[in-house]
Amino acid sequence: MEALAEIRGLTKEFGNHLAVNNMNLIIPRGKIIGLLGPNGSGKSTLIKMMNGLLTPTAGTVLINGQEPGVATKERVAYLPERTYLQNGMKVCDIVDFFCDFYADFDRERAFTMLGSLGVPFTAPLKTLSKGTKEKVQLILVMSRRADLYILDEPIAGVDPAARDYILRTIITNYNENSSILLSTHLITDIENILDEVILIRQGMVLAHMSVDQIREEYGQSVDSYFRRVFAC
Amino acid sequence: MEIMAWNLDADKPIYAQLMEIIQMQIVSGKYQAGGRLPSVRELAAEASVNPNTMQKALAELERNGLINTQRTSGRTVTEDNEKIRLTRAALADEYISNFFRMMKELGYTEKEIVTLVEQVLKEGV
Repeated sequence: MEALAEIRGLTKEFGNHLAVNNMNLIIPRGKIIGLLGPNGSGKSTLIKMMNGLLTPTAGTVLINGQEPGVATKERVAYLPERTYLQNGMKVCDIVDFFCDFYADFDRERAFTMLGSLGVPFTAPLKTLSKGTKEKVQLILVMSRRADLYILDEPIAGVDPAARDYILRTIITNYNENSSILLSTHLITDIENILDEVILIRQGMVLAHMSVDQIREEYGQSVDSYFRRVFAC
Repeated sequence: MEIMAWNLDADKPIYAQLMEIIQMQIVSGKYQAGGRLPSVRELAAEASVNPNTMQKALAELERNGLINTQRTSGRTVTEDNEKIRLTRAALADEYISNFFRMMKELGYTEKEIVTLVEQVLKEGV
């Protein structure tokens, strides 16, 4: 089967700063992949190009063989680093909005998850705490039956108990044809649910290997490996 | 600490640790000889690990003959009690040699270790 996403020679310049530098990556199907790198290493820039929010300076992104656009957005569920939801809307109205907007949206799944995490359905978004808003946004994204889930820092503001629930949800919901690419700094929390990690530094891929490969080769967790490689 | 809990160390491959925990669950009778195992997904969710990693652990145990895959009804524990007994003995060997290694790191001789163990047993564990 063809790769879910293929990135070739991908480059993005901002003025004379190279945010992403000739990056090559293959995202296979059926994997949960961690995108790791220090601040400013190009994670979000890469993610934005995969979602068609930034135009590459050079190189290509192909998702299901297509360049980012309307067709790929139907198959990619994207959690951006900043919220775009209307603060005045009620949670249940936002769910309906998503339901109208995305053909692959599973309304029941969304309400089940909101219920499990105790999010009040009829509350306007602006009355919710920062962490609860993040939960809502992540639930909306994970309630789609997409091919590729791209999550930019999905669990940073969420409490540990909800984090566990969200990770369990990720494990039980994704299927063997879809993949999840998630960027995070909280490696320890998510290490056990990852298949592979992509380490990037200064816009380049430093390593792309499985979690157990890192543990076998270096005898340390991905978290310790990361701290060693990126020691300041 | 529950001995069968999914406590995973940070520095060892995850699938190898999952294998050991499942072996322990079989040896201790949580999953009986010939009994059914939960699905990969259920086990992965229970252990909070990636389903592919759990799949790999189960495939390895299958290769060792401790579990079988039935075409229709998922995975079952082997009915071969001798196999389970050998797995138990192998785990016991491993734990004992780990114990001796750590005690030796503390500077005890083998003889001292045995004396210490007897003393603890006499006082009641």
